[in-house]
Amino acid sequence: MRQGDIKIKVCMGPSGIASGGADVIEAFKKELNIAGIKAKIGDRCSVHKVGCLGLCAKDLLVEVIIDGKKSIYENIKPNQVPRIVKEHIVKGNPLTRWTVGEEYYNFHRKQLRVVLSNCGEIDPEDINAYIAVGGYEAARRALTSMSPEEIVEIVQDSGLRGRGGAGFPTGLKWELGLKIASDVKYVICNGDEGDPGAFMDRAVMEGDPHSVIEGMIICARAVGSREGYIYVRAEYPMAVKRLQIAIDQCYGAGLLGKNLFGTGFDFDIKIYQGAGAFVCGEATALMRSIEGKRGMPRPKIWRSSEKGLWDRPTVLNNVETFANIPKIILRGGKWYRNLGTEKSGGTKVFSLTGKVKNSGLIEVPLGISLREIIYDIGGGIEGNRTFKAVQTGGPSGGCIPAEFLDIEVDYESLALVGSIMGSGGMVVLDETDCMVDLAKFFLEFTEAESCGKCIPCRIGTKRMLEIVNRIVSGNSKEGDIELLEELGQYIRATSLCGLGMTAPNPVLSTIRYFRNEYEAHIKEKKCPANICKFKAI
Amino acid sequence: MEEALKRILQNYYNKKGNIVTILQDIENTFGYIPEEAVNWFSKKINIPASRFFGIATFYGQFHLKPHGKNVITVCTGTTCHVKGSKGLISILRKRLNLHDGEDTTRDGKFTIEHVACEGTCSMAPVVLINGKVYGKISANKLSKKIKIIEKKSDDEAR
Repeated sequence: MRQGDIKIKVCMGPSGIASGGADVIEAFKKELNIAGIKAKIGDRCSVHKVGCLGLCAKDLLVEVIIDGKKSIYENIKPNQVPRIVKEHIVKGNPLTRWTVGEEYYNFHRKQLRVVLSNCGEIDPEDINAYIAVGGYEAARRALTSMSPEEIVEIVQDSGLRGRGGAGFPTGLKWELGLKIASDVKYVICNGDEGDPGAFMDRAVMEGDPHSVIEGMIICARAVGSREGYIYVRAEYPMAVKRLQIAIDQCYGAGLLGKNLFGTGFDFDIKIYQGAGAFVCGEATALMRSIEGKRGMPRPKIWRSSEKGLWDRPTVLNNVETFANIPKIILRGGKWYRNLGTEKSGGTKVFSLTGKVKNSGLIEVPLGISLREIIYDIGGGIEGNRTFKAVQTGGPSGGCIPAEFLDIEVDYESLALVGSIMGSGGMVVLDETDCMVDLAKFFLEFTEAESCGKCIPCRIGTKRMLEIVNRIVSGNSKEGDIELLEELGQYIRATSLCGLGMTAPNPVLSTIRYFRNEYEAHIKEKKCPANICKFKAI
Repeated sequence: MEEALKRILQNYYNKKGNIVTILQDIENTFGYIPEEAVNWFSKKINIPASRFFGIATFYGQFHLKPHGKNVITVCTGTTCHVKGSKGLISILRKRLNLHDGEDTTRDGKFTIEHVACEGTCSMAPVVLINGKVYGKISANKLSKKIKIIEKKSDDEAR
């Protein structure tokens, strides 16, 4: 940055857009013109849209950087822009009563941004901004000076595991993809982020789309694929738009298409827009959906790495998994592994929401404790109420009560307490939330989203929901809790795919830790949190 | 209608589409999936209409009935749920006089929809009115917005 340069970054992440980011950008452009700044220094003054800045609770966030000195404004509306331009940019006096306070810095102190390192820094619709921060250097290196085996080895060294939630080791998946012989292989990026209460992948696709594409190019090179798909959820039109812009720019720059980096390696990427079905986040259902069919999973007689899309070998990874890859190639597998724990390497992005003060998008090294996430980063519970539980893993996960606040966050520890890592949704609950109502909420969701192919899931979730409905309306019978537990175990053991196998989790985990709330509903016909309205049927 | 369908058919051939992409094009063009459109395609590309409907009813994006002029989408994600989206829906339904099983008002002015998560959880509860996101919304604020839309459409009708 040269003397006198002015840079303004406006958050245009999911909630930045919703908080009027586009209007604020327009207002800045207009005011800079009126103040004559644009005429004076031209291109050395720029207004950028950037991906999610993290602390969504304070959106709209705006960074003003003059001579490399950064001021961050919070809760900005277009009508505040003229004063910022006049006082700060023209006269050089930052408006400190509008800038972020201590909590903003606390929010960032324990975070470690690897996947999100460009998110909030660069313009996601500008390939040159990505290249300027070292973008496509990893792809160049992977294609020009590394063998597929070497790439797979680095990914294995990194300890990276599937960030979609199940945690399958990525390096192993790639190795299987590499070893199988086939003239056609596919690489698929799963951007069907369906868990309610989670927006990590949306933020990455919208905030740093090139990192996802670069990860896919490297994967394609490693496994020997020439064709890739990005499957994006129907509800994310902005992600589709920015990915498409990024893909078009790559074709223009020779980073997709024929003969990448002059190595003779060809790779194409197409976007496939989902049509609104949660089950399509499941790998085999997603592939059926790309084929234009009902998205129903198939029995796993073969791995997708043997027979996936159109029965060809397919390597499918989640958005965040791919976005990690360029950094791992550049900085090495060991570096990444050391960021996390022995069994769960690296960092993980979470969307921290619910009854927490500083809600937003966070990235933390694996192995951090839940307490650090909720109290140090999240700033504690809203309205100083009492923490009750944190829900992780959405409809496939469970609720973790206060007694486990000090466990390390990694795949194994979360499974041990009856929840899962999941894709990264973290919804904090306080004393005013009813756990039975929450279990019912997730059951309603899985019951509606069950594809109907296998009986345990189709009918089992329906029966469980009927029982829970009985409980919350005061019509329960003695033994309903035991019935739920028994049914849950059967569904878990006999369902065809991940959706059914995990659907009982929200009920089972709340029974495990909050059995007294179920009992209060059944025996005393009382909802301790006063959420459920009892009426006799 | 025929013209629009021909365009969609051309698109299907050009982009090597499939039933899902055809239905997406139909939905985007008409705002719902008209039965005639499905029958037309079924004949043209020789795929039974039942296959189209099987897919149209599987995915949440497709609607078999036309929408109202204004679409209010209430986010029912986990965070919105714990911040009271259920209450919003019942107040909204009462306000718009919707009976059980109805999603569109009888005058065709409003349709209420749900989305499983809009991805702006920090602003929960979230409601979208004609695609625009409104965060931290209360029943009161929502009611005011509806009043504005009602007034606007009354003015237009005059």
